Amino acid sequence: MKNATEIRYQGKVHELQKELMGAYYAQLTDIAKGRSSQKNAHLLIAGNPVELVRAFDMLPVFPEVNVLQIAARKASLPLIQKAEELGYAVDNCAYVKADVGLYLAGYEAPYGTIPKADLLLCNYVGCNVYLNWFEHLSELTGAPAVNIDVPFIRSADGEPSTEDIAYVVKQLEELIAQLETITGKALDWNKLRRTVELSAYVGEMWSEIKSLTKLRPAPYDAYFDSVTMMAVLYCLRGTEEAARFFEIALADLKERAASHKGPLPEERFRVVIEGPPPWPFLRVFRDMFTRWGAVAVASTYSTVGGIWEFGFRHDPDHPLESIARHMLSQNLCNRNFLQRYDQMERYVNEWDADAIVIHSVKSCRLFSAGQGDMREYFVREKHVPTLLIESDLEDPRYFSQAQLRNRIDAFFEALTQRRVTAAADAAGTAEAVV
Amino acid sequence: MTLTAYAPLPVVEYYKDVVEDREFPTVREWRRRTGRKVAGSFPVYSPVELAHAARMLPVGLFGGGNQIEIAHADSRFQSFICSIVKSTLELGFIDKLAPFDALLFHSICDPARNLASVMQRNFPDRKSIYVHLAQNMTSAGAADYLAYEYRRVTKELAEVSGYAPTDDDLHASLAAFNAVRARLRELYALRAASPEKLSTTELYTLVRMSTFTDPSEAEPLLAESLEAARARDARPKDRIRVVVVGSFCEQPPVELITGLEEAGCYILDDDFLLGWRLFKRDVPLEGDPYLALARSYLDDSLHASTKHDLRDPRAASLVTSARAHQADAVIFLGAKFCEPGLFDYALYRRALEKEGIPHLFLEFEEKMWMYDKIRTEVETFVESMLFE
Repeated sequence: MKNATEIRYQGKVHELQKELMGAYYAQLTDIAKGRSSQKNAHLLIAGNPVELVRAFDMLPVFPEVNVLQIAARKASLPLIQKAEELGYAVDNCAYVKADVGLYLAGYEAPYGTIPKADLLLCNYVGCNVYLNWFEHLSELTGAPAVNIDVPFIRSADGEPSTEDIAYVVKQLEELIAQLETITGKALDWNKLRRTVELSAYVGEMWSEIKSLTKLRPAPYDAYFDSVTMMAVLYCLRGTEEAARFFEIALADLKERAASHKGPLPEERFRVVIEGPPPWPFLRVFRDMFTRWGAVAVASTYSTVGGIWEFGFRHDPDHPLESIARHMLSQNLCNRNFLQRYDQMERYVNEWDADAIVIHSVKSCRLFSAGQGDMREYFVREKHVPTLLIESDLEDPRYFSQAQLRNRIDAFFEALTQRRVTAAADAAGTAEAVV
Repeated sequence: MTLTAYAPLPVVEYYKDVVEDREFPTVREWRRRTGRKVAGSFPVYSPVELAHAARMLPVGLFGGGNQIEIAHADSRFQSFICSIVKSTLELGFIDKLAPFDALLFHSICDPARNLASVMQRNFPDRKSIYVHLAQNMTSAGAADYLAYEYRRVTKELAEVSGYAPTDDDLHASLAAFNAVRARLRELYALRAASPEKLSTTELYTLVRMSTFTDPSEAEPLLAESLEAARARDARPKDRIRVVVVGSFCEQPPVELITGLEEAGCYILDDDFLLGWRLFKRDVPLEGDPYLALARSYLDDSLHASTKHDLRDPRAASLVTSARAHQADAVIFLGAKFCEPGLFDYALYRRALEKEGIPHLFLEFEEKMWMYDKIRTEVETFVESMLFE
């Protein structure tokens, strides 16, 4: 095997992301420390109405982002164990346990302090654990909670019905009334429209960024590098800062694409990665692919909070309806499992991938439950080489480095062999023709 | 080994093997007799009246129990997924679901959610219908939306059965299931008041019978059993009084329930087969039947770990139930890998400790067949309570 040397890339984008996220957490810390009277709402990443929260000048707090950053800093286990001492099971989602542990630890994180919620805004978007999560936070912290019930997509065409949209809009109107009570001011509809417009603008650029990985070589890794941009996409969507960030990111990545630069010296394999990353071991995990010259050209994880690459845009002329559509059908989590198969198949075909890697995480059963069937589908019916590996997104106890590396090595060895055999066959055929 | 000195209930004797028979003999017999279609219903709660109104037999689908080996489904769902999801899929692979024409799944948890899709892909001729049960109990739009959802589901069921029900049909089905649920409430009340007259093993078998029997046939059987149990002359034994929670979806083997009782517990309340007796009162029979059924779910149903009603926290409700039943303790009997149940346990434990109510955590799997360890744990717990 030829060892590919990793190169550092996305310097400018990465630095700007750090700067923006640092400022965001400084704002949260100011609230937590009583230096700011700004209100906040805790909400979840998948298909959320963050535009409404922003339109009220409230700050959104994302527990998933908080705890994944703790995991990436290898500090999640003590928090998880703190929650387990309280009675949480080893089989419960470790994101929830880390967040409960973080609360028990006074909400003091390595990157800032998290304020207690003025509202626990549970956007129930497919993930049933979301409901448990905020119910628990409400009981533990005493903060008020509301569930936005987003009907799961169950139509054959994958589209929400008129009634689905009307139901979610109705709940958003009720939410507006709650936010007006919390903030003591009426909704500024012009501000909401501008916020939605900014989301649409960012969605457009993000979509363009995603299409760049159709090129050879892909200018960035659509799994490992996407997460840098996803932080801004989710935490700052609907702000001018997010818009400026994506303008810079798009220009930077286009430039890389124009000069045929990829994240690795040589792009040997193009893969689609399904499932969230193992945050406590992100670098180690990435290196397992880098050494084979494998680059992710698409990933389902980068669509948990929204799917823009297939054409959806928020609509400032219909702000609530478009937020409702985003929550209903334009994010991975609220779409049914077979829609995910279709999404991955599009990635394989349109992004021209060689293989699929399914990273199954124990914590998130929304993602993982049934991925064995997914593998069966792609291997047996679509004849796409597919690797299924297991660890976790937050709990370091489930990451078996040697075992994962063996599986990944064996997979890429087999792919390499397949290419050699195919090349030999092709040469043989050519000779026979001559 | 018999639990009681009194005469067994004939209905329980007849059905005690049938309830665990994955050939579904009574369902097959019903199909032959009526020539009509069958809708399988995955836990927890299903609006079964919709299928019944469409002239189908709604049947509870509670996995493979400890009757089958999981050989195929293990490769589709991972090791950390609960047994009922895998064993239900396995039933499909080994052709035990032949009597079912449609399957109903619900928004209860993530594995069940994905199971609906996996079932549809692997068995495209057997329609999988996903029912979205509302999780915002306070929205002014929830009841109307849920009624809309029930109409949509009815339409899908009608496509399978070939009969589109009228509102009168649905009213009749509501009345039929109201009658069954009323009997189940009476049986539960009898056991709570006089647990020596009706064992939980018996009660469980009766409820389970009602999950695969046409309500017009189930109701008289329940009434007969209720009357017989009431007439029993039994003396209370020296047991502790417990409330059992955690088994609302995957079901423990009946032998395990029997084991809890034999280890020295009177079970006064439980959440076994919860969805089939969810409503506290009859569904009103006036007006729009879809709306009435929706309102009963939103506003008039028992607590379930899969129904997130922020108006009324479940942990507080468990404490209230334990107090109301004058229970000595609470036993959490949770299915392995059941995330909704395991989440609830954390809050239950916190509330029970705060209230000073003793509790015991037990974990089971439907496919287990060795009960010694659990039984020893329960016996030790009971002894510690009795000799305090």
